[in-house]
Amino acid sequence: MSDDMDQVRTLADQKYKYGFVTDIESDVAPKGLNEDIIRFISAKKNEPEWMLEWRLKAYRLWLTQTEPDWARVHYPPIDYQDSYYYSAPKKKDGPKSLDEVDPKLLETYEKLGVPLHERAILAGVAVDAVFDSVSVATTFKGKLEEMGIIFCSMSEAVTKHPDLVRQYLGSVVPYSDNFFATLNCAAFTDGSFVYVPPGVRCPMELSTYFRINAEKTGQFERTLIIADKGSYVSYLEGCTAPMRDENQLHAAVVELVALDDAEIKYSTVQNWYPGDENGKGGIYNFVTKRGACRGRASRISWTQVETGSAITWKYPSCILQGDDSVGEFYSVAITNHYQQADTGTKMIHLGRNTRSRIVSKGISAGHADNTYRGLVKIMPKAQGARNHTQCDSLLIGDQCGAHTTPYIESRNPSARLEHEATTSKISEDQLFYARQRGLSEEEAVALIVNGFCREVLQQLPMEFAVEAQKLLAISLEGSVG
Amino acid sequence: MMLEIKNLHASVDGREILKGIDLVIPDGEVHAVMGPNGSGKSTLSYVLAGRDGYQVTAGSVRYRGQDLLALKTEERARLGVFLAFQYPVEIPGVTGVNFLKTAVNAVRRSRGEAELDAMQFLKLARKKCKELGVGEDMLKRAVNTGFSGGEKKRYEALQMALLEPSLLILDETDSGLDIDALKVVSESVVRLRSPERSMVVITHYQRILDYIVPDRIHILAGGRIVQSGDKELALELERSGYAQFVGEAA
Repeated sequence: MSDDMDQVRTLADQKYKYGFVTDIESDVAPKGLNEDIIRFISAKKNEPEWMLEWRLKAYRLWLTQTEPDWARVHYPPIDYQDSYYYSAPKKKDGPKSLDEVDPKLLETYEKLGVPLHERAILAGVAVDAVFDSVSVATTFKGKLEEMGIIFCSMSEAVTKHPDLVRQYLGSVVPYSDNFFATLNCAAFTDGSFVYVPPGVRCPMELSTYFRINAEKTGQFERTLIIADKGSYVSYLEGCTAPMRDENQLHAAVVELVALDDAEIKYSTVQNWYPGDENGKGGIYNFVTKRGACRGRASRISWTQVETGSAITWKYPSCILQGDDSVGEFYSVAITNHYQQADTGTKMIHLGRNTRSRIVSKGISAGHADNTYRGLVKIMPKAQGARNHTQCDSLLIGDQCGAHTTPYIESRNPSARLEHEATTSKISEDQLFYARQRGLSEEEAVALIVNGFCREVLQQLPMEFAVEAQKLLAISLEGSVG
Repeated sequence: MMLEIKNLHASVDGREILKGIDLVIPDGEVHAVMGPNGSGKSTLSYVLAGRDGYQVTAGSVRYRGQDLLALKTEERARLGVFLAFQYPVEIPGVTGVNFLKTAVNAVRRSRGEAELDAMQFLKLARKKCKELGVGEDMLKRAVNTGFSGGEKKRYEALQMALLEPSLLILDETDSGLDIDALKVVSESVVRLRSPERSMVVITHYQRILDYIVPDRIHILAGGRIVQSGDKELALELERSGYAQFVGEAA
């Protein structure tokens, strides 16, 4: 790929030297971010004027913002003008066949039991050549359309369902929310859009997977899911198989809106490239995810299994506005080698009798650092609000770290808040005991880790859960002994 | 021959604990190794099981003709070496069913037998529970977690029954047990006596030998076997204590 990429870069740099002219025929925008680039992205996507204005408003604000530094993560300063913000999916820049793919990656697919025809897609092989899932996707799409469910790319939604997008986009995570979210507003290239009409129960798990070869969403993904009154939807993001990606910085935004009696289940398995054993390379995953339980008795449940990325900065949250609404957060975060994770949730209780539950399992091995950071906030009108937080850390080896930073703010005396936390270690005694019974060290660690995470894994859809279990074991290979 | 230990020397953190052990255990025999605290009893059991940090500096151990010391801990276990722990280890979050099924299948795999699926395993485990008078609820609980001393030892016995080892090493199984629990656990062990199975019963006190009657008794003191004899030796020890043997070793 490097030849092509170099060519593109040289070309791009040249263009920049002579001043950049918006050219919507071009497949790639030059390095850096400025208003022209944003106009270019917007033009590429045939966006309406309001969308462009929104992006520009975000961009201008972003210029005045500073990067947050409160998380327990360390990385060299990012030069935001040194990356590309738009490049159309190029079929040329990936490996041409599986033979060109890193054997280690293939080995992992093997262990995960990823079907053969899917491995090529995941490894970034030009998909058209190897796999045609269009018919599959169309079948599903047809069925969903019959029920009035909209499931499409964000770009498509902006042009085809502008009213819905305009009404809800930025209504949960405002464009001014934080440095990374604001950058996303300015520069997002694509993502998923879901709308489930009143009273409809979505009959299948919606997954980005169905769209995997439809469009490459790039580093600034934008997702918006709206569950109208009395509806239900379960959405799966990501994939247990490691994904190949050229971009180091990922700053996605996910917004969920649940109206009266609606329920959204959002499950993520994140397995981006974590860098090598010495902490070189890897994705920075700086994500803003937030759900609004806007309606009465609505419900939003986040489940995440975070095993990848060099750095994870992510706090899927719930704003419990509707009376009797429920927010849940189930998380497993694994860090090995030199990975860093600072992750948790925010539960903001606004409505009466709102309830939230947090179950966080952090596993740290190698030289990795794992931080749980959570906020439970009870506002004055949240009469009878309840929260239960369970926060467990598991350490493997003695070079890694686990940190727990819970914030609790209660402004209503009727609130009931419980917080439990434990830290444990996989001990040499446990490993010896298990090995004396015939288990290999890897089997023993996998068993202990899966036992530790059981409560969270149970929340995942069945098939996903099985894959996630295997993934946990693979992520921790080489962490002991 | 089940086990042949020759001139075994072993150190922990550079300190020599075993100073030349010679011990031969034929198939089907039960040998007791008795000794005072600090004589090297637990070290011997850990060296046989292959625990990290226990350095063998000289000597050899052959298990059914094979060089035992060349094998990893789990390989020894799969070949039928079972150590019943003095202090069984708690593994929170891992259910007994899950743990024991993985262990049984690891052993079966190495013997070239088909692995048991969840239903087959459960059937087997329930049968063994019943035979040993162990409550089935133990299978659902996390391994050893929150178990009483007696429950832990019964759980060890259940694992022996499931894994059907050839060489059973009991490391102070009697410690922390009242007389009733000792009886129950000992009976489970005695049920496993067979011409193909040998046992090493490591103990400080004679009382467990009332239930698991040994063919031979060896006295370990100062890292060496200082005397061997038949079961009368245990009674003599009970009367006069270890002092005379410790003196000999020094």
